[in-house]
Amino acid sequence: MKKIFGRPASLKANPFHYCPGCGHSILHRLVAEVIDEMDIRGHTIGIPPAGCAVLAYNYFDVDMVESAHGRGCAIATGVKRARPDCLVFTYQGDGDISAIGTAETLHAANRGELITSIFVNNAVYGMTGGQMAPTTMLGQKTSTSPYGRRAKVEGYPLKITDLIANLPGAAYVVRTSLATPAKVNATKKAIRKGFEIQRQGLGYALIEVLSPCPTNWKLSSVESFKYLEDVMEKEFVPGVLKDITKEKA
Amino acid sequence: MAVNGMITIDKSLCKACELCISVCPEGAIQLSDEINPKGYHPAEFIKERCKGCSLCALMCPEVAIEVYRER
Amino acid sequence: MKGTDAIAEAAIQAGCRCYFGYPITPQNEIPEYMSRRMDEVGGVFLQGESEIASINMVHGAAATGARAMTSSSSPGISLKQEGLSFLAAQEIPAVIVNIVRGGPGLGNIAPSQGDYYQATRGGGHGDYRMPVFAPASIQELYDITMESFDIADIYRTPVMIIGDGMMGQMMEPIVKHAQPPADLPPKDYILTGAQGRPSRILRSLILHPPEMEEHNWKLKRKYDLMRQTLPRHEEYMIDDAKMVVVAYGTAARIAKGAVKRARAEGLKVGLMRPITLWPFPDEAVAAIAKKAKLFLVFEMSTGQMIDDVKLAMSGGVECEFYGRPGGVVPAPQEIQRIIERHWLQKEL
Repeated sequence: MKKIFGRPASLKANPFHYCPGCGHSILHRLVAEVIDEMDIRGHTIGIPPAGCAVLAYNYFDVDMVESAHGRGCAIATGVKRARPDCLVFTYQGDGDISAIGTAETLHAANRGELITSIFVNNAVYGMTGGQMAPTTMLGQKTSTSPYGRRAKVEGYPLKITDLIANLPGAAYVVRTSLATPAKVNATKKAIRKGFEIQRQGLGYALIEVLSPCPTNWKLSSVESFKYLEDVMEKEFVPGVLKDITKEKA
Repeated sequence: MAVNGMITIDKSLCKACELCISVCPEGAIQLSDEINPKGYHPAEFIKERCKGCSLCALMCPEVAIEVYRER
Repeated sequence: MKGTDAIAEAAIQAGCRCYFGYPITPQNEIPEYMSRRMDEVGGVFLQGESEIASINMVHGAAATGARAMTSSSSPGISLKQEGLSFLAAQEIPAVIVNIVRGGPGLGNIAPSQGDYYQATRGGGHGDYRMPVFAPASIQELYDITMESFDIADIYRTPVMIIGDGMMGQMMEPIVKHAQPPADLPPKDYILTGAQGRPSRILRSLILHPPEMEEHNWKLKRKYDLMRQTLPRHEEYMIDDAKMVVVAYGTAARIAKGAVKRARAEGLKVGLMRPITLWPFPDEAVAAIAKKAKLFLVFEMSTGQMIDDVKLAMSGGVECEFYGRPGGVVPAPQEIQRIIERHWLQKEL
């Protein structure tokens, strides 16, 4: 029999510290597979977030520099401007990219920085114990919105991806989900395209991935993947929000 | 043309999230009775029914599953 | 050459090819100069969207081995503190220039020395230190800026240069020169893409306390080495001085004028000018304290460096303070009067 699926070479063999059924684990593998397939391990520099994936450097076998919370896109800007030959990506959660890091993310996109941001949206702050995130949905209970998010008090779920899709500097802006195997495959394709766009020098690429957090959602793994499809995808609708390659055609 | 498949599961990595079980179209995976070093009942492969579709491996967060296929 | 321009040109001469900054008075000439000059030398200039973004861009560029720099003024330096802590923790070289203005808060745009504590006591979180230089002439600004890139590389540390609004805007003739050669350690930690080698990680998160402790002690050993090698100061008419004025930067220029005038009146007074604020030249102060009867610390603040002077003397000699905060720049005659008043009151 021929082996048709195994651990990608760019993924270190360290067991994941993530919770059972966490989307990070799947997503890390997808990114590593893309790095393998594009044969860019030797030319890639990654920037992990503050959050559960702060230890991403224990898993991705590429050069990585830790970032202060939210500053990933600014650090990536410095890295890419100094080393334009490298493929530079940030891997950030909802708070990192759209709360504390909003300015850095928006302006990197606005400048059309040739970096790729992978935005893991699980509608909570996972690592710190399930507090409200910019992406927390109305009515969703978190440890700092115990009555459920109320528009009048806490505002609305922030769809930074939609905002960035409007910027001329953004070349590829897409939202995907990990809810099913087919969607996992689509996510991988989006990541691949996000890296290709950078290589072609077309502009900023943002891939938002709807991802489960079973622990803070207080659901089982299987239930939380269902929640992605039944609830999150209704609020954060997957699809391509901007693709400069299609516009040119 | 029949496609025969097989998977191996690294039981020490499994966290019993059951995603593999939920997506397997053949019902070829179940949770075992044993307990792994992490304290979970790891998933185990029921050998007769696999077609090598890889859906389990696609969903496994721990990269615990390898898939083999023959035609 | 103007102070701000001298800083920028010295950085270019030192091989700085990445500048990231944000406008804030009184240092806007630095990003403006860099925006023209970086293009000429094939470097990178980017005006960041904030001081926070700028220090993080410096971090990213320096992580790849580039010589990178940012500049700002007091409130902007406050914003950069998190970045400084991370640079120190990951041991990444960088140069940060603070052209100090009146404060706290929005303050004003006049020269001040109110950021001494911020520069030498942190101001970022955690157990780190950072070399801080306080030039007092445009030539010194040029020379020290150039040298700071080497110091940053030798010790793998951020380095701060403190100017003030007067230093920044002043013009003086200088002698430009190339970077003197230096013995630099290999950059075996930089991120360039892991082709042909194991991947590298630059990080400061160390969850296991004993490991974190070891990292803290490792940093301390580095800072102890800096305490041996880096302290610098200038002495003016110290040998027979009964009263010694201690001042740095622009305040030292004013104090020197005052000391000259006081000497002309027959007062045996001298000036000790720290050039490094961290590591503070304690040994020099302690040596002077053996002979002097009185220290007069003059700062353009309500008194911050005076703590270090007292610590260095271990209370051996009386220490008076004179300060003009808020951006006020006194004339030498004013300091001369203060010197004379203390001379008479203490019957020196």
